[in-house]
Amino acid sequence: MTVSQLCESIGGKIIAAADASDNLIKGGYTCDFLSFVIGKAKSEDAWITVIGNVNTIAVASLADVGCIILAEDSPLDEDAKDKAEMVGIPVISSSKNSFELSVELGKLLGM
Amino acid sequence: MSLATYRFEVPGDDFTRAGEASGSLKRSLKKIGFDPDIIRRVSIAMYEAEINMVIHANGGVIDVEVSPQKIDIWFRDKGPGIPDIDLAMQEGYSTAPDNVRSLGFGAGMGLPNIKKYTDEMKIDTEIGVGTTVYISVYAK
Repeated sequence: MTVSQLCESIGGKIIAAADASDNLIKGGYTCDFLSFVIGKAKSEDAWITVIGNVNTIAVASLADVGCIILAEDSPLDEDAKDKAEMVGIPVISSSKNSFELSVELGKLLGM
Repeated sequence: MSLATYRFEVPGDDFTRAGEASGSLKRSLKKIGFDPDIIRRVSIAMYEAEINMVIHANGGVIDVEVSPQKIDIWFRDKGPGIPDIDLAMQEGYSTAPDNVRSLGFGAGMGLPNIKKYTDEMKIDTEIGVGTTVYISVYAK
């Protein structure tokens, strides 16, 4: 599944790095602590979080995740948006909460 | 034989730039052609150590030496030092302030992550003087 397919399925909106929306998503990880994510998220995961700052993008890039999903309409800082564009990490915005998004992602991935 | 050496100055208390050194080294290692798993392990360990310098030590200096066999990194700071290394190595133990936690830091996983993803790790610390963390990741 690509990021754009995922975005459409969950009714979200790509708010940064749409150019990289053909990134593949093969799994998911849900957490707001950056050290958990960098240590445990896998490449090509969709990372679900409510924290949309520049450090979120740095961690996503270092961990090679496929995209970030910002739950509950959490804001993406302006410098974070610029960095996401620079490193090519797509960011999806959704009004759903982290649990709802995790369940939906799991269903889409056949888990 | 050394393939390349790098030095990074890490500014203190600037979370907008935290991770830049790790990102830069990651790109360099990719260009050299290291295995993606090796690059990932170096990136994780280096990011954690870099963030520790920003949060706890008002920045510092990172020296990297890359050889075909391994990647050696020294993180040197003039921060307050670590009073109890065994405690600091425990998963979940953190002294990060609240304002940093709201940014997503302070899980108490920094040093454990560094240990987990490196082949060698050594901490030299002196209270009131500073800390040097040395790590090495073998390139198999």
